[in-house]
Amino acid sequence: MDWPALTLSLRLGALTVLILLPIGIFLGRALAWSKIPGRGFVEAMLTLPLVLPPTVLGYYFLVAFGGASPLGQAFHAIFGQTLVFSFSGLLVASVIVNLPFAVQPMQRAFEAIPDELRHAGACCGLRPWQVLLRIDLPLAWPGIVTGLVLTFAHTLGEFGVVLMVGGSIPGETRTIAIAIYDRVQAFDNSGAGIMAALLLVLSLLALGVTYMLSSRVGRRHG
Amino acid sequence: MDSSPELRVRLRQKAPIPLDAEIACAPGEVLALVGPSGSGKSTVLRAIAGIYRPREGLVECGGETWLDTEKTLDLPTHQRAVGLVFQSYALFPHMTAMGNVMASLGHLPKDQRAEAAHGWLARVHLAGLEARRPAELSGGQQQRVAVARALARNPKVLLLDEPFSAVDRSTRQRLYRELAELRGEVRVPIMLVTHDLDEAARLADRMTILRQGRTLQSGPPHDVMARPASVEVARLVDLRNIFTARVKAHRPETNATLIEWGPLTLEAAHRPDFAAGQSVAWSIPSARVVLHRRDRPSRGEAENPVPGAVAEYVRLGDAVSLGVRLTWESSLLLFLTVPLHVAQRNGLALGVSVTASLLSEAIHLMPPADDE
Repeated sequence: MDWPALTLSLRLGALTVLILLPIGIFLGRALAWSKIPGRGFVEAMLTLPLVLPPTVLGYYFLVAFGGASPLGQAFHAIFGQTLVFSFSGLLVASVIVNLPFAVQPMQRAFEAIPDELRHAGACCGLRPWQVLLRIDLPLAWPGIVTGLVLTFAHTLGEFGVVLMVGGSIPGETRTIAIAIYDRVQAFDNSGAGIMAALLLVLSLLALGVTYMLSSRVGRRHG
Repeated sequence: MDSSPELRVRLRQKAPIPLDAEIACAPGEVLALVGPSGSGKSTVLRAIAGIYRPREGLVECGGETWLDTEKTLDLPTHQRAVGLVFQSYALFPHMTAMGNVMASLGHLPKDQRAEAAHGWLARVHLAGLEARRPAELSGGQQQRVAVARALARNPKVLLLDEPFSAVDRSTRQRLYRELAELRGEVRVPIMLVTHDLDEAARLADRMTILRQGRTLQSGPPHDVMARPASVEVARLVDLRNIFTARVKAHRPETNATLIEWGPLTLEAAHRPDFAAGQSVAWSIPSARVVLHRRDRPSRGEAENPVPGAVAEYVRLGDAVSLGVRLTWESSLLLFLTVPLHVAQRNGLALGVSVTASLLSEAIHLMPPADDE
């Protein structure tokens, strides 16, 4: 069992979830209710990470984060380290790759709240942030948790993007998914098996929570 | 600045929903906004609440200006003191009845809100149900929570968007009575949106007829229904007897105006504003058309007698709606309603010849319709 790889994966998953929580709520709400003309395009862009092969995504991240790119150079100038083959680079890539997993369930949950409820909130004298806290979030929380659970589970399992952007540096970019691959390459099937089983259990748990919560949303608004 | 406590609304726009509306409602007054579906009734209400933004408009209430597009003033909904009861009630499903009402009490200090919410729920006869969620309440109870929540905010106007459409008949009757009670206690303008003329007549002091976003006529419900300002309004208030005629002469001494309707001369309510010779439209409520008894003549038969034959006989419970085809013009039908026993005793049936009297004070003259 590669414990540093597991803690690194958990840390990556937790930070990705933390960063995507506000971003997901903001984007999910905006996409659910705004009638902006470019909405379809934004939605398509957000879905892109779902359909692109991870190696393709990873390749573009590598290009975008590399020392030759303005982003890579700016990051290096500010933080004194490179984005590629670093935990920070992994985190940025993970946030982008997980956008659809976080945003879509949240968007569906916000869409399920009737407009009238928010209007009624405003008519009660609630300010927009009070409507968010007292009406939107309590009604949409199953969708929000679903988005976060999916994000976390997907981060633990991500392989292609991690390998392209991060490589397999122990303690820095070697996640549990990469560690499994390394174990198999080293003919350590029992080590790979334990870690694979752990990921399987975590994924099943995530799906269980997700289905339980989505049936809750269905009951509440159905 | 004008600090009239009245609600004053002026809305104008061509698209996407055409609006040309002017509405006024005094404190303590119930104004019914009546019109067919899609006439823009709810849009007007939403514009007052600030949920809908018209291109051009002015909304003043309780001495405040909420919307003035000329001055680019447009207060957000939460800054407008409106109590709005939505058609679907829009209760917060995750909160109890108490929580719903307390959501509206943000203007009170925290420690007074629970007591105030109890008080409001008691006022709408829901004491004891504070802990229930909306899904655990009946339709009538949900509506009361919605009313309590709307009033708890201490609004400067109470807006009711078809609040009685989703409850059964007996609940509706009870809610009508409760609204009547409540209006005595709440001294703010109350606007009731409905498509039900009877409801408007029962609950409202005045009503405004709306069609395609345009306010056509305002006045006491019975006035508007008996004396519509135009053929358009007459059709909207369900007057079936609308005809055209020509003004013959005025008889101020008998308070009457004579009109020529085909070969007949009818005596109508005095309307000196229409000149002799002018073509007019006229209407009469079907309840003011009196059937002559066929077995023996009676008094009042000299009043605008109109001969014809029964061409439509529709039984509606204990009443019968009759369409009488006129002897002199077979394309015209005069509608009247008689109690079932009267129809039976007179042997009324399709094809039977009858004579009806048109009560002259109920004959109402209007400018001719544009499309005729």
